[in-house]
Amino acid sequence: MSAETTVGTMARPEEAEPSARPAPPRATSLAGGPLHELRAAWVVVKRECIRFASDPLRVIVGVLQPILFLFVLGSGLGSLVNGHGEFGASLNLRTFLYPGAAAMSVLFTALFSAGSIVWDREFGFLREMLVAPVSRTSLVVGKCFGGALIASVQGVLMICIAGLAGVPYNPVLMITVLAELFLLALTLVSFGMVVAARIKQFQSFMAVTQMLVMPLFFLSGALYPLSGLPTWLKLLTRVDPLTYAVDPLRKAVFEHLHKVPRTVVNRLVPGVTWDGWHVPVGLELGVVAMMALLFITIAALEFRKVD
Amino acid sequence: MTAAVSVRGLAKDYGDVKAVKGVEFDVSPGETFGFLGPNGAGKTTTIGMLCTLVRPTAGGATVAGYDVVRQREDVRRSIGLVFQDPTLDNYLTAEQNLRFHAELYGVPRAVVRTRLSAVLELVGLADKRKTEVRTFSGGMKRRLEIARGLLHAPVVLFLDEPTIGLDPQTRRSIWEYIRSLKDSEGTTIFMTTHYMDEAEYCERIGIIDKGQIVAMGTPEELKASVGKDRVQILTDGSARAIAELKQHFGIEAAVHEGNVTFSVAGGAEFVPKLFAKFSELGIPVRSVNVSRPSLDDVFLSYTGTTIRDAEASGGNEWMRRMAGRGFR
Repeated sequence: MSAETTVGTMARPEEAEPSARPAPPRATSLAGGPLHELRAAWVVVKRECIRFASDPLRVIVGVLQPILFLFVLGSGLGSLVNGHGEFGASLNLRTFLYPGAAAMSVLFTALFSAGSIVWDREFGFLREMLVAPVSRTSLVVGKCFGGALIASVQGVLMICIAGLAGVPYNPVLMITVLAELFLLALTLVSFGMVVAARIKQFQSFMAVTQMLVMPLFFLSGALYPLSGLPTWLKLLTRVDPLTYAVDPLRKAVFEHLHKVPRTVVNRLVPGVTWDGWHVPVGLELGVVAMMALLFITIAALEFRKVD
Repeated sequence: MTAAVSVRGLAKDYGDVKAVKGVEFDVSPGETFGFLGPNGAGKTTTIGMLCTLVRPTAGGATVAGYDVVRQREDVRRSIGLVFQDPTLDNYLTAEQNLRFHAELYGVPRAVVRTRLSAVLELVGLADKRKTEVRTFSGGMKRRLEIARGLLHAPVVLFLDEPTIGLDPQTRRSIWEYIRSLKDSEGTTIFMTTHYMDEAEYCERIGIIDKGQIVAMGTPEELKASVGKDRVQILTDGSARAIAELKQHFGIEAAVHEGNVTFSVAGGAEFVPKLFAKFSELGIPVRSVNVSRPSLDDVFLSYTGTTIRDAEASGGNEWMRRMAGRGFR
């Protein structure tokens, strides 16, 4: 008998016959304290990473779309606008689109990562998680942070190609972009989890996310400045969570473009306004973080109902 | 010591369908207990309630001394579960699957490594440790799931149809592993099956039919409760043997496939008496065969139907799906 089973050896006084069975080992599990919950959440994160690392194709596919977007659309439309208005020798359209492309890169990976829970359900693995003596919240938190982490890897790749979009390699800027992308990814994964909680088939999940991704993206201001919009569009951009992530990203990028005149920056990066009031970056990120918290809470409640 | 599993008046309704109708039984620590019944009899629903996955409509149960409704976390920590359908991550290795489980169940860090090796050794997968599960055969996957169910050293291991969908050879090997884990771990095993031959491996069986337990005991007791053994003798004078059996022992016999065949209580004890009489009468006996009643006979006598016929009837399939609903 292995050594650790002795942990749970108990006396069995009424066992008289010599053919007595060995005493049943007591469960070696720790009591379900916060440390246990943390371990459970962490192993869910680890699994996401292992799965991601074993599938390099996902990384390539995930980064291909934003690159296409950035260089084909950025260069193609660039020929139309470069040299006109704000876009002159000091600023390329690609630079303007870069924050949006970076947001797009985490958008797909994050939602796909949340969708893997639908796979897990189809292939039974979700059950292994749901029957464990840990709270559903720990599982959901683990899944969200795991997804955000791998989506951030996508962000790192986008930072690597920043130079090609005319964005400087400044350490402060790189760290800021990465941190903001992580926060955005966390919100998106938890949003995806809320959607995934009720969906039984992966195909349906993809259909639903496809339906949501495009409006989220187009309304986020990833493609255009947030000022001078018609009222209906302006209102829609203000309710799109992506807006509050793209704007800080763009602000960060433009702060490090020292050659671009102040007037141009002001026109292209007007910032988000609520009824004329300029929302500071801290509050914008706060909005994103609050949404992450809200979605995680909803997802945890949803998964508590699943048995 | 308290029972490993104690069930009192446990019932579950799905709408109008009464899947389980107030079952009662105890399973002693270290025992291998089998729930035998056709698909749709309420086996999986009962296991679901004991594992805290299905909320009972009435009655209650304790597992490892914990109440399945009020102490769900404690129950979950004390049990290992192997479902009918696989629940492994195919893209992780055997070891990664087990490590994931160890963390979820809070197995103390210090023992994870030894425990992992021990359970892999137990199911004969030690050399497949670093192999991705998707390359495993059905039998290997099931063995890995059994190993995983044991990883956190549960008090009770629940196996829901552990050999379903496996070929006979693999089924036999799974059973060898289950028996060896019983010897080395001393775990209480609660399992369901609808294979009669597998129920023989259990120390005690409960026969469940239409949501009710109709018989309970060791396989031997159950067979004995059916009573008579079957005796077949081959003689040169079958017609005379039948007449003499009737005259001296009051037994109705008939010829089946060339053998004089009859049923009698305590067949093994009856045969010497029969031999004495027949040699006195000068009837030569060439061969004799005494067979105990099979569990098939037991099932037939308690439910009035064979397990195959019970499964063939349509309503059960529907009930099974109803019962499965609470599980998804």
